[in-house]
Amino acid sequence: MKCRVCRDRAVIQMRRHNANFCKPHFVEHVHRQVEKTIHEHRMFERDDRLLLGVSGGKDSLALWDVLTNLGYRVDGVYLHLGIGEYSSDSLVFSKEFAAKRGLALQVVDLPTAYGFSVPEAADAGGRVACSACGLSKRYILNKAADDGGYDVLVMGHNLDDEAATLFGNVTRWDLDYLGRQAPVLPASEDGLARKVKPLIRLAERETAAYCIVQGIDYEVEECPMAAGNTVNRYKEWLNRLEEESPGTKANFLFGFWERAAPVFQSAPPPQLAVCAECGQPTTGTTCAFCRLRNQTLVHIGKKTDHV
Amino acid sequence: MKVILRQPRRELEVEGVAKVSELLKRLDVVAESVLVIRGDELLTPDLPLSDDDVIELRPVISGG
Repeated sequence: MKCRVCRDRAVIQMRRHNANFCKPHFVEHVHRQVEKTIHEHRMFERDDRLLLGVSGGKDSLALWDVLTNLGYRVDGVYLHLGIGEYSSDSLVFSKEFAAKRGLALQVVDLPTAYGFSVPEAADAGGRVACSACGLSKRYILNKAADDGGYDVLVMGHNLDDEAATLFGNVTRWDLDYLGRQAPVLPASEDGLARKVKPLIRLAERETAAYCIVQGIDYEVEECPMAAGNTVNRYKEWLNRLEEESPGTKANFLFGFWERAAPVFQSAPPPQLAVCAECGQPTTGTTCAFCRLRNQTLVHIGKKTDHV
Repeated sequence: MKVILRQPRRELEVEGVAKVSELLKRLDVVAESVLVIRGDELLTPDLPLSDDDVIELRPVISGG
């Protein structure tokens, strides 16, 4: 296969674009897609201070590389979830990436800072680990952006992440989530950071390919707690549809955002209050993260008073 | 050829496969869900393979 631009040997076939690219033109394509997304959704400006949620996986490291190459000022925040070797290895990939490029990486250790790990939280609540993990990530990354005075919190969600989330929301007809799924979540005066997803035009196969082409080492192994989870199963199904009909995932997601999402956005955003325990925004009196933390600390015997 | 699979890492021997697309078909792997790597090079589906090759099929689905 030949590169669409220069006719050199292609390293990737992208059927939904009816295009193949060589290494340099693939890198150029990825940069262009991210830049286009940033501008189209007015995600941030050149002089904004950006904080990127870094996991040590392909998406966040690829995005950090792209954004710094495009000239944006981006610091990283890594959340150590306490998932054994997986968390330790992911931290090494994140630190090595930052050190090589002279980038600032803040590390928040969930067990040290909050007294519990994700496996313990999952066990305590009888919930799936991904739910406890997602809740902890949203809370701590938002707090890191707020505490650090950053203008924008940048996340590495890609086309597949968003398409699979949408698929899940549609199968449940979850109107609340359908109304909130967006490329940009605006900041609120109550302390929610502005949150953006510049990778939504790139499939995860492309972010992985970008890492290989750019020589970025990342955590290839899947989180042991996420293997076989529902979202990953949706992704596999959507990829089978994509194989039969290239462009399905992008049409599904972008068609939703262009034509259907406004229908679900009619409800006004909920009024936020301040969590009685930590001061972060919440719709109740105690935020979901503090409730999770209290429940887990009681379960593992670090706290006796169940709030 | 030796085929390296991930998540978790393991290996298997596959013989008589002439090109990348045939390997994926033989193993019932969806092309959109993997990258095919030889050394540090990404391979497109049309490229020929030989029994001496060491090929990594790297899954790209992650997270939740």
